[in-house]
Amino acid sequence: MAEFTLKLRRYDPESGQPPYWDEHTIDLEPHRSVLEGILQAKARFDGSIGIRCSCRAAICGSCGVRINGQPGLACHTHLDKARASSQDGTTIVVEPMGNMPIIKDLIVDMDAVHWKKVQRITPWLINKEPIPEREYIVPHENMVDVTQTMACIQCGACVSDCLSMEVDPLFVGPAALAKAYRFVGDPRDAQQEARLRDLSEDPHGIYDCTHCFKCIDACPKGVAPMNQIMRLRRRAGSDFGIEDRNNGHRHEKAFVTNIRKNGLLHEADLLPDSYGGKLHPRAVPELLDSLPVITTALLRGKFTPAKALRHPHRKEFKNLRGYFDKVEGRDQRLELNLYITGYDEDAEPPADDTQAAPEQGEPGRAPEESPSR
Amino acid sequence: MPSHDVLIIGAGLAGQRAALAAADAGATVAIMSKVHPVRSHSVAAAGGINAALKPEDTWESHAYDTVKGSDFLGDQDAIEIMCREAPDELLHLEHIGVTFHRDEKGELGTRAFGGASAARTYYVADITGQALLHVLYEQLLKYHERLDRYEEWFTTSLLLGDGGACVGCVARDIRSGRMEVFNAKATILATGGAGQAWKPTTNGLVCTGDGIAQAYNVGAPLMDMEMIQYHPTTLVENGFLITEGARGEGAHLLNSEGKRFMEAYAPNKMELASRDVVSRAEQTEINEGRGVGPDGAGIYLDVTVVPRKRTLEALREIVNIGKDFAGVDITREPILIRPGQHYIMGGVKTDVWGATPLAGLYAAGEVACVSVHGGNRLGANSLLDTLIFGRRAGEHAAQRAGAMLMPSSSEAQLRDDVRVIDGIIARPRDGRRISEIKDELGTTMNRHVAVFRDADGLNTAHEIVRRLKEEAKTAYIDDRGTVFNQDVLGAIELGYMLEVAEAVVVAAIERKESRGAQFRTDFPERNDDEWLKHIDISRNGEDVPEVSYSPVTITRWQPEERRY
Repeated sequence: MAEFTLKLRRYDPESGQPPYWDEHTIDLEPHRSVLEGILQAKARFDGSIGIRCSCRAAICGSCGVRINGQPGLACHTHLDKARASSQDGTTIVVEPMGNMPIIKDLIVDMDAVHWKKVQRITPWLINKEPIPEREYIVPHENMVDVTQTMACIQCGACVSDCLSMEVDPLFVGPAALAKAYRFVGDPRDAQQEARLRDLSEDPHGIYDCTHCFKCIDACPKGVAPMNQIMRLRRRAGSDFGIEDRNNGHRHEKAFVTNIRKNGLLHEADLLPDSYGGKLHPRAVPELLDSLPVITTALLRGKFTPAKALRHPHRKEFKNLRGYFDKVEGRDQRLELNLYITGYDEDAEPPADDTQAAPEQGEPGRAPEESPSR
Repeated sequence: MPSHDVLIIGAGLAGQRAALAAADAGATVAIMSKVHPVRSHSVAAAGGINAALKPEDTWESHAYDTVKGSDFLGDQDAIEIMCREAPDELLHLEHIGVTFHRDEKGELGTRAFGGASAARTYYVADITGQALLHVLYEQLLKYHERLDRYEEWFTTSLLLGDGGACVGCVARDIRSGRMEVFNAKATILATGGAGQAWKPTTNGLVCTGDGIAQAYNVGAPLMDMEMIQYHPTTLVENGFLITEGARGEGAHLLNSEGKRFMEAYAPNKMELASRDVVSRAEQTEINEGRGVGPDGAGIYLDVTVVPRKRTLEALREIVNIGKDFAGVDITREPILIRPGQHYIMGGVKTDVWGATPLAGLYAAGEVACVSVHGGNRLGANSLLDTLIFGRRAGEHAAQRAGAMLMPSSSEAQLRDDVRVIDGIIARPRDGRRISEIKDELGTTMNRHVAVFRDADGLNTAHEIVRRLKEEAKTAYIDDRGTVFNQDVLGAIELGYMLEVAEAVVVAAIERKESRGAQFRTDFPERNDDEWLKHIDISRNGEDVPEVSYSPVTITRWQPEERRY
């Protein structure tokens, strides 16, 4: 047994008072969870502490909170680890999740934000017709693939600290978009392209994410919402040719082509290429727009007209195109997945390793350390 | 006052399935739950769902396994229905989007499970319950125009109409504290089990026997209440569940001598004998000094014999549970487990349509007792039970509603419930704390109403429960507010748990034999001559459980000696 100090953010909506801090000392084994600590405080000292919880085992998704500023499940964070990560090394600070209105104490209004966004993505299977008499025949790998997003318990930890949502409250957000992949990646769904088009054309859709990785850090179940958003983008762009109206996809393409061609980045080409090439009608206004930047760069000598027209090709990068060819020559994209797949676990690996396992995880890879621990 | 044809209380698998079925049958439907539906405890079901779907399997084989698993206390007409309808229900779930595991041909694949003569358990990794619950919730969202959801509403009472039929309920909006009467032509209880009356338990904090107690309080009989399942593999540390899927994938149980002791108890099925048998074997090993871990109070579950890659794919959740809650990498070392309270086979007595003897009131899932599980439930039959009888109750309730007018109801019960809640909030601080009483109840039940029972222990438990019932009347709470007052709901839940516990203890005292999960060391044999019958418990006028009996329905399988 050891003593721990919990500092809880309390808010009583009926009091007319602002939120306040409430400290309790609890007595538990160090590997017990922060939730158990809160439940002890509730049982012994103050039954009015508000927190949703049920399973205590990171399955029901009720107890999403912020612990020392980090979003996660209270039941999934050990007291000793929480104390170690606290600001003063002793006091474990527990607050309600962010990006959602607070109802009372640690209880937030998930309906107002999280569940609205889930509703936004048409969250049910739209069946491929005809519905078979028996089961749909679908590859084993596809079911394992979508199981990673099925593992989402809708706890809202990713929503809590989504930076894009903080800036744009209309952003569909990490949890709902991960849920969208559950349908887009499901071969039984008839509307994959329409779903992707819908979420691409919505200015608050898949291209509203800024790759900050916060949701991956927050997720207690290894769903890695940002990765699912990136997979939605790859499907939209590569499989259905859906244009990213933000220009992000073209920019990425221009970048890759640029490196392939030059070995080192040729900045003068990058901007126009991102808009389809120097002579593309889309590029002209952009170039005109960028004139002040270009002028400054010229004045400071960041690049010269000579450099702009003739970028030196480096000889030492002659192997580079080979790498590009090899990666691009693969039949399928390599997607890493949390759920390891395969049947013959003890069999020898195939002789030619490079041919193995596209669209599935690395055989035998241990599950990722959950970052919230 | 909100009025619906069919009102469903509880939004786990049984409740959600009932709601969808009733809506499909054309009824206006409301589904009410004290937690958001995806927080319901169905979410924790791990291993899978049984169905004889493979061409070489038969529903008769599934039914026989279930009858044998029940120690011949299950009603065979109901078991036949469940097993016959299982394949279609499974395909329905597949069609609405459950991401069931596939084999190499892309067809549905199975795993082995306890007490089954064929591998007929369909699964999604070891998050089957979660996958099912979330997919059904997707359907609820799809039905949003036809189905009203009352999420985080707490039912305080069932309502009886003039003729004594159930006409809805009184409920409290947890968020605002507002109380309201819900009027309905048919009411379906789908509130789950009562595991929180034991400590430890695999059940979530929400499993407080609400529906069982509410039905009992309005006069509906309970059945098979003595039959409490102790799951063979729960963590010694904290009572968390390790799925039977682990043994289904081949994991071993080892005692302090490193022996697979199940050889001595169930030489044919070994670790995959039915749960009552395995739990008893483990407890015997522990009692006879062959346990492992601190105080020899545990047994080793050795998952390392399962190929590591298979474990990581198919048992990922328990890999996490081992790592996060016991500090053990189950792919590398054995983990300490023991039998732990898991499921209540008994519940509100229903017919094969989920209808209780009280007109207008239905029950489905763990709250109900059809009885398909009898003395002992087979693993992966509970998900099936929730879905089959949830659907049947939904259909039947919709049918009943189609043939009647909205019954009238009064506000009298609402006024009573408001008074009760205000009374609890205003109690002076001179009684015991709710949490103390709940703790004592849980510890008592786990000591005396567990794997092995006898008259002395049961009588002690009975006395303690009666005393706790008295103490609960003056127990005080801290929260004086109306918004999300979880404290006052906890006081009401404690009352529900005490009602359920009393019914369990009384039934366990009554059954003077050993059958299924009820093992009486003072009556160690099964006694078909006297006890091949259900024990029914109803409330008499004086708040004392009254015992009566009802016959077991036998269609084609005569009781025989049970060996695994």
